[in-house]
Amino acid sequence: MPDLEILIQSLGLVVVIAPSVLLCWLGIPSLVGRPLPETWVHRVVQTVIWTGLLAALAVLGLMLSSGQTHVMVVGRQWVHIPHYHFAIKLVFDRLSVPLVILTFLLCGTIGAFAARYLHRETGFNRFFVLYSVFLLGMTVASLAGTIETLFAGWELVGLSSAFLVAFYHERRGPVTNGLHVWSVYRVSDAALLIASVVLHHLSGEGDFDRLIRGEASWPFGSPTLSVSQATLAGLLLVVAAAGKSALIPFSGWLPRAMEGPTPSSAVFYGALSVHLGAFLLLRVSPLLDASPVTCAVIVALGLASAAFGALANRVQTDIKSALSFASLTQVGLIFAEIGLGLRYIPLVHILGHACWRTLQFLRAPTVLHDFRQLENAVGGSLAGRRRSWDQWIPAHWRDWAYRFALERGELDQWLFTWFVNPIRDIFLACDRREQRLLRGSQSSVATPAEPWTRVLEENP
Amino acid sequence: MTETHWLAISILIPLLTAPLVARLEDPRRSRTLTLVANLLALLTAVFAWGTHDSNLVSESGGGKWLALDRFSAPLGPLAALVFLATTLVTLRTKIRRFSFAGSLVSEALTLGTLACLEPWGIIAGLALGVVPPLVELRRRGQNPRIFALSMGSCVVLLILGQLLEDYEGPDRFRQWWASIPLLLAVLIRCGAFPFHLWVSELFQQAAFGTALLFVTPMLGAYACVRLVMPVSPDWVLRGIELGSTFTALYAAGLATVQTDARRFFCCLFLSHSALVFVGLETLTEIGLTGALCIWLSVGLSLTGFGLTLRAIESRRGRISLDQFQGLYEHAPGLAVGFVLTGLACVGFPGTVGFVGTELLVDGVVEQQPVTGIAVVLACTLNGIAILRSYFLVFTGTRHRTTVSLSIRKREQIAVLSLAALILIGGIFPQPGISSRYQAASELLRQREPALHSPEEPSPEDHHGPPAPHAPEVGKTLGE
Repeated sequence: MPDLEILIQSLGLVVVIAPSVLLCWLGIPSLVGRPLPETWVHRVVQTVIWTGLLAALAVLGLMLSSGQTHVMVVGRQWVHIPHYHFAIKLVFDRLSVPLVILTFLLCGTIGAFAARYLHRETGFNRFFVLYSVFLLGMTVASLAGTIETLFAGWELVGLSSAFLVAFYHERRGPVTNGLHVWSVYRVSDAALLIASVVLHHLSGEGDFDRLIRGEASWPFGSPTLSVSQATLAGLLLVVAAAGKSALIPFSGWLPRAMEGPTPSSAVFYGALSVHLGAFLLLRVSPLLDASPVTCAVIVALGLASAAFGALANRVQTDIKSALSFASLTQVGLIFAEIGLGLRYIPLVHILGHACWRTLQFLRAPTVLHDFRQLENAVGGSLAGRRRSWDQWIPAHWRDWAYRFALERGELDQWLFTWFVNPIRDIFLACDRREQRLLRGSQSSVATPAEPWTRVLEENP
Repeated sequence: MTETHWLAISILIPLLTAPLVARLEDPRRSRTLTLVANLLALLTAVFAWGTHDSNLVSESGGGKWLALDRFSAPLGPLAALVFLATTLVTLRTKIRRFSFAGSLVSEALTLGTLACLEPWGIIAGLALGVVPPLVELRRRGQNPRIFALSMGSCVVLLILGQLLEDYEGPDRFRQWWASIPLLLAVLIRCGAFPFHLWVSELFQQAAFGTALLFVTPMLGAYACVRLVMPVSPDWVLRGIELGSTFTALYAAGLATVQTDARRFFCCLFLSHSALVFVGLETLTEIGLTGALCIWLSVGLSLTGFGLTLRAIESRRGRISLDQFQGLYEHAPGLAVGFVLTGLACVGFPGTVGFVGTELLVDGVVEQQPVTGIAVVLACTLNGIAILRSYFLVFTGTRHRTTVSLSIRKREQIAVLSLAALILIGGIFPQPGISSRYQAASELLRQREPALHSPEEPSPEDHHGPPAPHAPEVGKTLGE
C-alpha cells in the first residue's frame, strides 16, 4: 500500500516539523529583538500544538488500521562520510506514539494555562521560546530511532529545563538552582554521549533497531550484544537516566527545580521531562534484557528512590516540593518495573502518572481554595487521622527518619562533599597558583597602566 | 583572476590601508576605513576560496608561498570574518584604546600566514604576527614578560626546528629529535599546559579586541598541521594528544572557578584549542575531521562569545564573575548572543559544533577510550562554565542604570550574522563536514610519504590499494 505509506510518512513529518516551526516562529523574532505580542504567541502555540497532535493521532489511527507496528518516517543520512554517518531516523512504534501524543496533549494544556498564568509577565515571550525548545526536544527524543537523535532531543530538553528553573532570574535562588539542575543534566548528558559512542562502536551504528535481532519491533526481539557489552552500555545509560529522572543520588535537583513557574514545573518535573530517563531505558530494553546486572541496578535504584521520595514527601511544607517528591516516588517505581523486565506496565504507568501529576501541579496554586471548598462541601475537616502503624516504630527511628526526610537525605551535601568540592578546591588552588605567577611577572612593571575598571555607564 | 591574485589582494588591502588609518586623527574615521578594508579583505578571501581548485595546490604566481589547499581554503575567510566582526562591534567607548592600524597589520599577517604553504613563510608570519600586540602592550605601559618570553622562545624554536628539518634531508623522519623544537614551539604558541600563562597575561594586559584577534585564528594549530604533523612520528603525536587532553580538562576546570571574565574566556579558549589538538593528533580520518570541524566552529563561536563579552565590557568595564550583575533586562540581545555562541562552543545540538564534537569523541574513543572520556568531561565542564558565567553576568539581581545598555545596531548585525552562520552550519552540516573530511584525508596523504622510507614497503603493498576517494591511510597510521 504505497499511498498509505506515503500518507503516514507525510503525517509523521508534520509531527516533527510542527514544533520546529513553532521554535522558528517564536525564536527568530526574539533573536532580532522584535518578539511577537501575547495574543499572537498564544494563537501560534495553539495552532502548532493542534496540528502536531492531530497528525500524531492520524498516524496512530493509520497504523492501527493497517496493522503496522513500526514505521520509519525520516531515515535520511544527515551527515555521511566514509567510516562515519549520522542518520536522523524517526520511528513511530508502540513506545514512541503514546509518548509523542502525550507530549502534544500536555504541552497544549500547559500552553493554554501558561498564556493566562503568565499574562503580562515580563518573561512571557521568553517562557514560550523555551517552551518551544522543550517541545521540539521532547518530540525528537520521543521519536528518535538512533541514540544520536535521542541525544539531540535530550540536550534540548535539558537546556530549556535549566533556563525555566531560572525563569525568575532577577532573584538569586532560582538562578543558583537553575545552574545546579544544568550541572546534573550535563553529567547525565556526558554519560549518554559516552554510551552513544560505545553503542556506535559495539553495534556499528547508533540505531536502536540494531540492538534487536531480526525484524521484531519494540518491545519484542532478542538482543544482539553480548552480556558484557550490554552491561557496559547499560550502566552508562542508567547513569544518564538517573540524572534526568532525579533518581538517587541526583534527587536533590528535583525540589530545587520547583523555583520555576508552575506551568513549567508541571510539564517538566511532573509530567514529561522527569520520565525521559525511564523512556530511555524502555527504548533500549533489548539491551537490558541481555544484562541481569544492569536490571538489578535499575531495580535497586528505582526502589531506593521511591522509598526516599515517599519519606521526603511526608515532611515537605510547600505543595510543589511535596508533589515533586511524590513524582520521584512514582518514577522510582517505574524504574523498578523496567528493571523487573516489564514493558507495557511502565509505559502505562508513565502515561497515567504524567496526566495525574500535571493536573495536581496545575491546581497547586489554588490548593488551599480547593481544600476549603471541599471541606465546606463535606461539612467537616479533611485532616487525616494519624496512621496507627506510625506508633509501632520506635521513637528514635521516627526522629531519625524525620530528620533524614527534612534534610532530603543530605544527598546534595554528599555530592558536594565527595565530588564537587574536592574538584573545585583543586582547580581553585591551581588558579591561585597561576594568579601568583602572573602577579609575580607583573611585579616589576615599570609604569603600570591605569587599570580599566571604572564603570562606563556611570560616566557616559 | 586566480586564487593567488585574490589572496595577494586580500593581504594587500589591510596592509596598505594600515598606514592611512594610522595617520587619521579622528578615531571614528579610522574605524570606518578599517571596516571597509576588513570587508574588502573578507570578500577577496572568499573569492580566493571560491576560485580555489580543490584538486591541485596553486603553483601559479606565488607558488607555495601564496597558495591554498583543501585544509587552508576556509581558514582565510574565517580569519577575515573575525577581524571584520571585531571592528564592527568596537563601540565609541573603545575606539580610542583599540589600535585599528595594528589590527589591519595583524589581519594582513594572519591572512598571509594562512595562505602560505612554505614552512619558512609560516614561521615568518608567526614571528611578525607577535609584533603588533607587543607594540600595543608597550604603548599601554605594560610589561608582558611571560608573553614576550613565550613568543620569543616560540620563534627561536621554530627557526631551530626548521633548520634541523632542512639539515636532516630526506631521511629526517627517523630522526625524531629534529621535530622536537618544532613541537615545543607549537605547544607554546597554542598555550598548551604548562606553557599557557602567556594567554592569561595577554588577556589581562592588552585590549580585549587585540587579544581576541591574536588567539582566535589559532595560528599555532595551523603551524602544527603544516610544520609538525608531516614529519613527527606517531608516538610523539600521541604524547601531544595526551598533553592536550590534560590541557583541555585542566582549562575547562579552571573556567568553572574563574572570577574574572577575561580570564574565564582565556580558559575557555585554551580548553577548546586543546580539543582541536587532541583531534589533530589522533591521525585518523574521523578524529582529524572532527578536529578541523571544531576548529571552524570554535573560530566562529568563540569569536562571537568573546565579542559579546567585549561588548559588555565596553558598557560596564572589566566584568567580575564573583557576583551577579543582572544585565538581562537591559541587554537581552547580548544575553541571547552570549548563550548562543557559548553553547555553540560546546557543540550543542543545532549549532555548528555539534557534529564536529561527535566526530571528535568518536575518533578519540576509537583510539584511546580513556582520552575520549576525558574529552567528554572537558566538554561537560565547559558547558557548566558557560552557563555559570551567563547566570553571573545577566541574571541574579536587578541592575539599575540611568543609561541604555541595549545592543547597538552594529553589535546586532555582528551577533545576528554569527548566529546565522552558527545555526545554518548546525542544521545543514554535510557540506562543511565533507569539506573537512577531504582536507583531513589530504593531510594524512601528505604525511604518508614521510612515514615510509624508500626501502620500506608501504601498507598498500600488503593490503592492496586504498579506496580511490576514501583512503584508509588514517586507520593505518592510527594503529
